[in-house]
Amino acid sequence: MLAYIIRRILYAIPILIGVNLITFMLFFMVNTPDDMARSQLGAKQVTPEMIEAWKAEKGYDKPLFVNTEAKGVGMVTDTLFVQESMKLFTFEFGFSDNNRDIGNDIRERMGPSLAIALPTFLIGLVTNISLALLLVLFRGSVLDTGMMVVAVMIMSISGLFYIIAGQVLFSKIWHWVPISGFENGWEGAKFLILPIMIGVFAGIGSGVRWYRSIFLEEINKDYIRTARAKGLSEIRVLFGHVMQNGMLPILTGVVVVIPTLFMGSLIMESFFGIPGLGSYTIDAIHAQDFAIVKAMVFLGSVLYIVGLILTDISYTLFDPRVKLG
Amino acid sequence: MKQNMPISFIKFFLLFLIYMDIGCAGVWNSPHLASKSSEAVLFNPFSISPKHLDPVVSYSANEWEIISQIYEPPLQYNYLKRPYTLEPLTLKKMPDIRYYDRSGREVDSDSRNIAFSEYTLNIREDVRYQNHPAFVKTSEGELFYGALDEQSLLEVTSPADFSKQATRQLGAEDYAYAIKRMAVRQYHSPILDSMAEYIVGLKSFSEKITEIAKETKKTGEKLDLRQYSIEGVKVIDPYTLSIKLKGKYPQFLYWLSMNFFAPIPWEVDLFYQQKGLIQKNLTLNWYPVGTGPYMLVENNPNRQIRLMQNPNYHDDFFPALTPEEAEQSTLPKELLQEQGKKLPFIKEVVYSLEKESIPFWNKFLQGYYDASGVSSEAFDQAVKVSSSGDMGLSQSMKDRGISLASAIEPSVYYTAFNMVDPVVGGYSQSAKKLRQAISIAQREEEYISIFLNERGIAAQGPIPPGIFGYEEGEEGTNKVIFEWKNGKQIRKPIEVAKKLLAEAGYPNGISKKTGKQLTLYYDTTATGPDDRALLDWRRKQFAKLGIQLVIRASDYNRFQDKVRRGKAQIFSWGWNADYPDPENFLFLLYGGNASVKTNGAGINSSNYQNPKFDRLFEKMKTMENTPERLEIIRQMLKILQEDAPWVWGIHPKSLGLYHAWYHNVYPHAMAMNTLKYKRIDAQLRYQKQQEWNQPIFYPILLVLAGVVLIGYLLYRAYQNRQRAVIKGDQ
Repeated sequence: MLAYIIRRILYAIPILIGVNLITFMLFFMVNTPDDMARSQLGAKQVTPEMIEAWKAEKGYDKPLFVNTEAKGVGMVTDTLFVQESMKLFTFEFGFSDNNRDIGNDIRERMGPSLAIALPTFLIGLVTNISLALLLVLFRGSVLDTGMMVVAVMIMSISGLFYIIAGQVLFSKIWHWVPISGFENGWEGAKFLILPIMIGVFAGIGSGVRWYRSIFLEEINKDYIRTARAKGLSEIRVLFGHVMQNGMLPILTGVVVVIPTLFMGSLIMESFFGIPGLGSYTIDAIHAQDFAIVKAMVFLGSVLYIVGLILTDISYTLFDPRVKLG
Repeated sequence: MKQNMPISFIKFFLLFLIYMDIGCAGVWNSPHLASKSSEAVLFNPFSISPKHLDPVVSYSANEWEIISQIYEPPLQYNYLKRPYTLEPLTLKKMPDIRYYDRSGREVDSDSRNIAFSEYTLNIREDVRYQNHPAFVKTSEGELFYGALDEQSLLEVTSPADFSKQATRQLGAEDYAYAIKRMAVRQYHSPILDSMAEYIVGLKSFSEKITEIAKETKKTGEKLDLRQYSIEGVKVIDPYTLSIKLKGKYPQFLYWLSMNFFAPIPWEVDLFYQQKGLIQKNLTLNWYPVGTGPYMLVENNPNRQIRLMQNPNYHDDFFPALTPEEAEQSTLPKELLQEQGKKLPFIKEVVYSLEKESIPFWNKFLQGYYDASGVSSEAFDQAVKVSSSGDMGLSQSMKDRGISLASAIEPSVYYTAFNMVDPVVGGYSQSAKKLRQAISIAQREEEYISIFLNERGIAAQGPIPPGIFGYEEGEEGTNKVIFEWKNGKQIRKPIEVAKKLLAEAGYPNGISKKTGKQLTLYYDTTATGPDDRALLDWRRKQFAKLGIQLVIRASDYNRFQDKVRRGKAQIFSWGWNADYPDPENFLFLLYGGNASVKTNGAGINSSNYQNPKFDRLFEKMKTMENTPERLEIIRQMLKILQEDAPWVWGIHPKSLGLYHAWYHNVYPHAMAMNTLKYKRIDAQLRYQKQQEWNQPIFYPILLVLAGVVLIGYLLYRAYQNRQRAVIKGDQ
């Protein structure tokens, strides 16, 4: 397995270079370094001297991909792309255009993002699997049909509606929880209840439908019939056999998202005032802060690749027939 | 088992009621700590994280809202006096200004031979900085925390984490140091190039120090500016500073009230240049150090920024009016009662990030924010506009004791014609008439009503109300666009515009030369679905004259680029006052600032250039606010109104809502350091928060009952199913 993991990590390097290359091309296609300087300087009158000084300070005075003034390898290495990419591969994210240490900011923001994303993910997973099993238990009944209709309705409504409706109902009308905000430690628990509840609820529609279909595929298989023939209760059949065998396809979709939970949720964090990573990239795009954009795209790619590797590894845990070599 | 269930449920229910009873003692939905709500703490939101808190760089209102409470430039605006009046802040008196000719001989302020002006600043001796680790010194006078290593910074997350803190007196050297910092190009001061035109020696100093800064960056040394000096900036004694300017520049006094001229202690500058601190985001850009009424104690631009009263703050008192001024004054009584009281009143300020307007508005209504603006979404809920256009509070706001304060902002939003454009530009009679016709057709009053909920007034020229040169009534009416009838400004009928258009060579919008419909191009960044209505409205205004308007939408970068290069034909832009002087608005149309002429660096984006106007501007810009100056401004405005390089657009009106416990609010468009004058009645706030936010319990009981019932039904259904399976098997 170790050889497999090393191989996958090596495969990741050209992928990351490619992602980085695309990020550079797309960003600089829309924003020139002069535009970035004007946006960052924010002055009413931006003089050419100010622009040149800003570019020199931030290193944007270098050519993007080819340095015609350099010689030999320097033509490629003494460029913005190579210099910045090399730093990324050592996880040195550098400073944002407003002189904040990006690595430090990411570390600070990951916690709040996880405080929302992790419980939402775990509670959502348990809730969705439980509800899906319940529907499988009562398959073909009015409850099953009714719940499927409700699931489609939940899926059809925008997440933004649940957020605003949740804030109005639970905070504005019933005064149970704060509308938005964040605190570290246990004092902050009251701020997390509503976004987690809404996150879980908004995910029920798609989650239940998906897990239900997986479990329904299992429910009529021979080993289930055997389990029933042995006299096991329906609950034990579902939780002991159906769920365990249905886990493999579930893992494919679930494990891959675990590392990306760090990246947070844009809308949720904006509406609930959570100081996470959710809006970090979008804010940086608006502010034309390329240092943050490239760091976040790179980090997102790394986490996604890690998620895929973890998914592969998790297969071996749930299905002994799978061997990584 | 069956017999035990009701007992368990009753036990649970009783426990629940006890919990609810405890809960009644406070509110559950407060985003603040209960202890803070009952103290003199102001809760403010911020929607955009500040990017720079370094006074030499910062130039945004959201940043100045914070740093203006921390830093103290030499001058400030009097909070109560209108028109806006400067007064000393850290100075003993207003700067002493002397004028000199080329030979260095002193001349009168109205002399034609003024070559230099010298501003002498006498600094108060009772001003001390907030406590900060940078001021802690060794016995040799070196920084105690001047060589921090990684180990010593392990537990440090803010300057307050250092065990030793100290302060020191403010001196003239600190103001000189700030000007030297402004000169370092790598610090990106937005006013360096403007100031370099005036402060003697600043330009050459900047070139020199920028090179030195490059070297120190390479070698990793700290840049200590004490060893360098600017020719025109002299520290005469520890409390006297002299600044020498080229020529006469009366507006310099206004600059001295801005944060760019706030003092920077050398200790702080050197302290924050340490690599370990920079890596922890502990820099002057994020942890300002000042002498003001507040000091920054927490800075998480992604969540919360907290200011606390500065215990070292010098004597400062609520401004007092003379008995005559007080008698004539229309100021609210509560402001007059505060006169002479020691400042500041508020103990702590908590700024919380609120990116979305809906949660912010709801929290304001719950009493968790003390003040709010009026967003478009909340306008109908908050404000009632009478048929005569007067604004008042809605009944629901009045019931909560909320008050409304409004003020016309010293800003102008206009639609500019590119004067170098072959169709709409130029100074021929036909070009002027075309622009005048379009200006009449643009019903700005309609725009204000539809898109701004009456929050603004139609502009008559570039100068907004509150600025010298703005005149009300018939005298201030733009007679090209409006008529003065029955004591009101009435826009001229569309027929007048059509006539002008015909005289310009486009009868009914058809070109006499080509026989084709006149097509004009409007450049904009308004590309979203929300902007569609506005763009449709704009097309309609041109269509009234038979002119086809083509919208050319682009992103902001491309738009700016087009305007700079003079490639845009018609576009909208705006300007906020830096200082309350007509020069700050009329220079937007001064030929020397034309964008194309200055390779995009000039501020005159319409590229308007009229020699007569330029001559008058040059004369007016250095004058005091005298009747003679007003007369020149009138002539300048008349030229502008005739030439019509802009559709004069609007001056926006700002609205603010304030809870009953928020006192001493008196909108001041120029001053940003007004927090020290505000007062909070924390007891009333706490009482209202309790009254408005008591939790409602019955839904909890309903939810619990629902869960129990559903659980029971499912259990029964499962039992039945199991029985059916067993029966089936049998």
